[in-house]
Amino acid sequence: MNIARHWRERTTRYRLEGQRHRHTGEVRFPAQPPTLDEDPNDWEPYQLSGRGEIYSFSVIRQAPSGYESLGLYPVALVRLEEGPLVTAQLTDCDEADLAIGMPVEMVTRRLMDTGEDGVLVYGYKFRPCVQ
Amino acid sequence: MTNVYIAGMGATAVGEHYGRDLADLASEAARLALASAPGIAPHQIGAFYVGSAYSEELYGQGQLGAYLASVLGLSPSIPALRIEAAGASGAMALYQAVQAVQNGLPLALVVGVEKVTDHLEDAIEAAQAMAADSNEEALHGVTLTAQWAMLMRRYLHEYGYAADAFAPFPINAHANGAKNPLALYRFAIDANKYRKAAMVASPLNLLDCSTLADGAAALLIAGEQLARELDGPRIRIAGSAVATDTPALHRRRNPLELHAARASAHIALGRAHLGVGDVHVWELTDPHGIAATLALEAIGCYESGTAPRYAAEGAITPTGKTPIATAGGYKARGDVGGASGIYQVIEIARQLSGTAGATQVANARVGLAQSLGGIGATAVSHVLIRES
Repeated sequence: MNIARHWRERTTRYRLEGQRHRHTGEVRFPAQPPTLDEDPNDWEPYQLSGRGEIYSFSVIRQAPSGYESLGLYPVALVRLEEGPLVTAQLTDCDEADLAIGMPVEMVTRRLMDTGEDGVLVYGYKFRPCVQ
Repeated sequence: MTNVYIAGMGATAVGEHYGRDLADLASEAARLALASAPGIAPHQIGAFYVGSAYSEELYGQGQLGAYLASVLGLSPSIPALRIEAAGASGAMALYQAVQAVQNGLPLALVVGVEKVTDHLEDAIEAAQAMAADSNEEALHGVTLTAQWAMLMRRYLHEYGYAADAFAPFPINAHANGAKNPLALYRFAIDANKYRKAAMVASPLNLLDCSTLADGAAALLIAGEQLARELDGPRIRIAGSAVATDTPALHRRRNPLELHAARASAHIALGRAHLGVGDVHVWELTDPHGIAATLALEAIGCYESGTAPRYAAEGAITPTGKTPIATAGGYKARGDVGGASGIYQVIEIARQLSGTAGATQVANARVGLAQSLGGIGATAVSHVLIRES
């Protein structure tokens, strides 16, 4: 049963909500529990813009269980404009057009095949910026 | 603390053992290890450590400690446990055995075992992806192979290499694996074949990707007192260390730097009172050329951005400055999941004993085996020395 597991990630997956340090301005994504030497009150929720550029990418031809229906699919490390790197799929693009440094923006899409729970799992992907 | 020695070792062939189960493979490896140490009887084993990455996900068996202790007929009164740290599971099991023997246990048995080929590629990819962050990486369909592929593309971009810059790594692995009767792939490949190979996760192609296969390997780990009674060259485990990093690649400040690989190698060498330059032969987690490259650079064998250049000049072959994959590495011997770390240590011990055959590194007296879990989230290093 993964229904609750997907539900509790909703602010991360749908809104790209991370956290920002109140004093240093450092942005983390996704949000994480405070480390043992951090003050939990120093971190506040922070919604990222969804804009960034490709740090690196790969096109997967051997999909893991649950992703077979995607066929070939591109994944990337995206450097968000607020600083963090994020791991995500790319969408609405041709492999031949992809390049390191390409500007991309976040969109919300279905992430994987529905499992035994029949839950449609949505979340962030990135596509080349629409000019 | 007492000195720690390898008292016996044995391994099955790496392969698609369709006719054999996990217990059968583990049993063969343990029997071979005991057979290699005629002075030792099973009842002397005081603790049993099992390393396996995928026994639950791909074999449906928990409690491997109790399960295999019973299969082997070990005393029911000794501790028997299984350790999981993805691909570093076996090396971590050995690390635990070394701690116990250092602290007075006379003899421990370590078995690394993996039985994965009952499943097709999709299930294996999903099991391997569990080494990553489940919410932030695996959920997005990112595989371990694709993560190494993204590091490879970034490396090529930052240092200006052509796409075939990593070809020397699988070519060396296959040249050596061809001479290892236990290897999964016993054939050579060349640069031409490499260039023509189909993509698995671009820019990684089929000839730069290891295959996960079945196998088991075992070590008997003894304290100084027992080791002194045994025949043959004495191989001492002179330094062991574990270091970790975040499994989430995107949370690392520079994803091309394997911090845990660096730290574990340096701590292990420090414990052995040795430096990087003292090592004659290496076993690394090298499922792809980029993995070997980043480990060599993290450890400090080569400056960042230069390892492929040295590899092209032959530095990683058995006659080079930093020989790696002398038994075929992950690429040709096969990726045996959590058992890989034990296969690695066995190869270093063979090298130091002078029994490595066609891929023997001349006068090798010091070796380092480093085993990574995931993209170096766990790094376990063991420094071995042949005592004269």
